[in-house]
Amino acid sequence: MEHFEPEIVAFCCHYCAYTAADMAGSKRISYPSNVKIIRVPCSGKVDAIHLMKALEKGADGVYVAGCLAGDCHFKNGNVRAEARVNRVKKMLTELGWEPDRVAMFNMSAGMGEAFARIAKEFTETIQKLGPSPVKTGAVNQAAS
Amino acid sequence: MITAEQKPIQEIIQYIAPYSRILLVGCNECVTVCAAGGRKEVGLLASALHLSHLKQGKNIDIREITLERQCDPEYVEELAPYIDGVDAVVSMACGCGVQTIAGRFKKTPVFPAVNTRFMGASLSQGVWAERCKGCGDCVLGITGGVCPVARCSKHLFNGPCGGTSHGQCEVSQDIDCAWRLIWERLKELGLESRYEELMEAKDWRPGGAGGPGTIIREDLA
Repeated sequence: MEHFEPEIVAFCCHYCAYTAADMAGSKRISYPSNVKIIRVPCSGKVDAIHLMKALEKGADGVYVAGCLAGDCHFKNGNVRAEARVNRVKKMLTELGWEPDRVAMFNMSAGMGEAFARIAKEFTETIQKLGPSPVKTGAVNQAAS
Repeated sequence: MITAEQKPIQEIIQYIAPYSRILLVGCNECVTVCAAGGRKEVGLLASALHLSHLKQGKNIDIREITLERQCDPEYVEELAPYIDGVDAVVSMACGCGVQTIAGRFKKTPVFPAVNTRFMGASLSQGVWAERCKGCGDCVLGITGGVCPVARCSKHLFNGPCGGTSHGQCEVSQDIDCAWRLIWERLKELGLESRYEELMEAKDWRPGGAGGPGTIIREDLA
């Protein structure tokens, strides 16, 4: 099987995951270059439409990384983000997509190792799932 | 407001299966407030339909538009420039909006994307509860502001039935007995005597039993 390098979009909260990614860099901990980070002011800023549009435009996986439970800078943005991720998972299931293509993670600004580990594990999860149905759908249609 | 919930996506996909150019129409009124069919939901449904088609290697042309109100012909007229360029309309408004579009554009099929539920009030963020049945003859003035038509499962008018248990309805423990609520409210208001006044059999004609209702305000019409 041809090697598959997934494209992954990570919406990272400025106050935790984004700083954790920075921390990973400072500590020279590498994480897969498949993960493309989008900094957001709070994970609660990420709406369902952002996750859906990322998938629609061909991302193989999307995740939101917010603060640890109870640590949101804006009180409960991370809780709201998780509810939205779950909603998108449900929607993907109804559409026949793999719900594991979207995920929510929580971490603090100091957890550089955790950021790198999550990036690596999520990349592996998406590698197992294979390319996005947006890509395979076009290929299958062309072949038929 | 009128509350609604989005239909299962597969049902919507089946409706539009024969068509390739869709006009997806939201409404800025009630369905926006109950997060079922406003601009945001239009975007989300359009994206979901795109994902469904892309998985099959197909493309679908979806034009998104959200009207100020779908139940007013003046606003529905705004769809006229687009209607000839689409095969079907999917409306995310309540049944009133769907029918207003269907009545205006006779040659284009219109499909509902939401199930209209009830006239309700918001209890908290994301929670709505039925509060009015539109019975056409409001009795809230004599029932302490608690509606026995909308909130009693049997629409009883003279006290609770035998199914009330510890203040809850026999239909579900999650439903408060409307007559328990009415009694408590009347007590708070010092109007217990009102509870003793018998209400006559209700005339259900204004609430729909007399056929579809119409209001004509001659000073406005």
